[in-house]
Amino acid sequence: MFDAEKWSLVWTHRQTFIDGTISTLLMALFGLILALVIGIVIGFMATSHKKALRAIARVYVEIIQNTPVMLQALFLFYAVTFAGVNGFSPLMCGIIALGIYHGAYISEVIRMGIQSVPKGQSEAAYSQGFGQIATMFYIVLPQTFKIILPPMVNQVVNLIKNTSCMFLAGGAVDLISRTNAFAVGEGTGSAAGQGYIIGGVIFFIICFPLSMIASHWEKKLKQKDIQPVKVRKKPDDITDAELEEIIREKGGEH
Amino acid sequence: MEQFMGSLKMITNGNVLLYILKGAGFTIGIAFFAVVLGIVIGTVLALARNYCTKGPLNIFRYISIAYIEIFRNTPLMLWIFIGLVFFPSIEFPVKFAKFFGLSRTELAVLFKAIIALVLFTSSVIAEIVRGGLNSIAKGQFEAAYSQGFNFIQTLRLIILPQTFRNIVPTLLSQVITTIKDTSYIANIAIVELMGRTFQLIQNSKVYTGMSTQNVSDVFVLCGVACIIYFAINFTLSCIVRHMQKPKKRRVQVAAAN
Repeated sequence: MFDAEKWSLVWTHRQTFIDGTISTLLMALFGLILALVIGIVIGFMATSHKKALRAIARVYVEIIQNTPVMLQALFLFYAVTFAGVNGFSPLMCGIIALGIYHGAYISEVIRMGIQSVPKGQSEAAYSQGFGQIATMFYIVLPQTFKIILPPMVNQVVNLIKNTSCMFLAGGAVDLISRTNAFAVGEGTGSAAGQGYIIGGVIFFIICFPLSMIASHWEKKLKQKDIQPVKVRKKPDDITDAELEEIIREKGGEH
Repeated sequence: MEQFMGSLKMITNGNVLLYILKGAGFTIGIAFFAVVLGIVIGTVLALARNYCTKGPLNIFRYISIAYIEIFRNTPLMLWIFIGLVFFPSIEFPVKFAKFFGLSRTELAVLFKAIIALVLFTSSVIAEIVRGGLNSIAKGQFEAAYSQGFNFIQTLRLIILPQTFRNIVPTLLSQVITTIKDTSYIANIAIVELMGRTFQLIQNSKVYTGMSTQNVSDVFVLCGVACIIYFAINFTLSCIVRHMQKPKKRRVQVAAAN
């Protein structure tokens, strides 16, 4: 564990880990962008008034959520490769597979967020002459952000964790696959433990802050649930005694 | 068309179909084993994280927090690889391996992967159990103490039964996730559904009798795997949804009369 020689072996092969980290992050970033696009489109479809759109969204989500991401990734990779397309890189395939897989999850998050806003809100907006899209963007979506954010960040963490889905297809590009390549490599196998520690630690450093943020927001939301939102009185409604109390409270804070 | 018929021949071949279905059996078996063990370990972890808050007991809380956070923030793949290199290689008796239709080395590798899966799953289940524990009103503890129950009795007889009843739907969704997670075992052993599908895709020529590997092979094999995974997981998720539906009060006709 504390063998300096083995750690120096890791250090000489640091490029492996740097490359792995970069491609994991690249894959996660572009996968996330694709997932967000798909998620928003499918999420809107799932809440639309048209039955056909809702049905399509439902089928998409059910099929994707109930099959493993690795199956999807492999299917994509081999279907394209066997079809004779050259130069379909594992990185590209991973991005698309992750986008499709996590897009389904993100769409569910968005659907739940939209459905959590009371219907009266959009009805009120329609009555004020807002169109459907305007209602969505100005009235509904801003109210959903707080609810959506924690599960969304959790999805990002899962997405980063799933970047290793291309390993089986020979696309050992991501951090975990490269760490493994280092650990079982001929010249480097003696430092396998050190390699795994480094790979794991890098992953932890990337994911831990994200999941901390998510659980922090979640806690905040829960606390708000328990404490009902205080209805602020209009200045006119406040009696003199109450005003004095408020001033005293404010004074006490300073 | 000819290619497609060739690919279909794989599925109509009884041996290949049996091979795939056995893989599906392994997938289900591994997942349930991992979840059941995960519930045991996860419950211990959750209890330690929530209730070991006094004096020297705190150390168990910190261990549990570290365990949960480390496993939740690193991918399963990493642990499977680590398991492959570092977990003990158990020499299973030949008969035992034969019983599962595996070779001894396969079984040994599978065993390591399952340990990794159990460790990983237990950290997720620990958080689920903790959520369940936190959802139980504090008054339950106070009421139990006032009736003379001690802490262990309170947990065993009052708190845990309610916790588990509350989290059954979440645990079932975790079974779905774990069934999908078993596919990562395909990276090191060809035992469960994903691994066997992959194996067939790579050697599809042998089974189709064609001179080339075709796109239709991928479609047929992935399609079959997809249908099997979907059938298992969709059934489970329907059960989950049924459980989560707000229960309608049954109108008692007799009482109304």
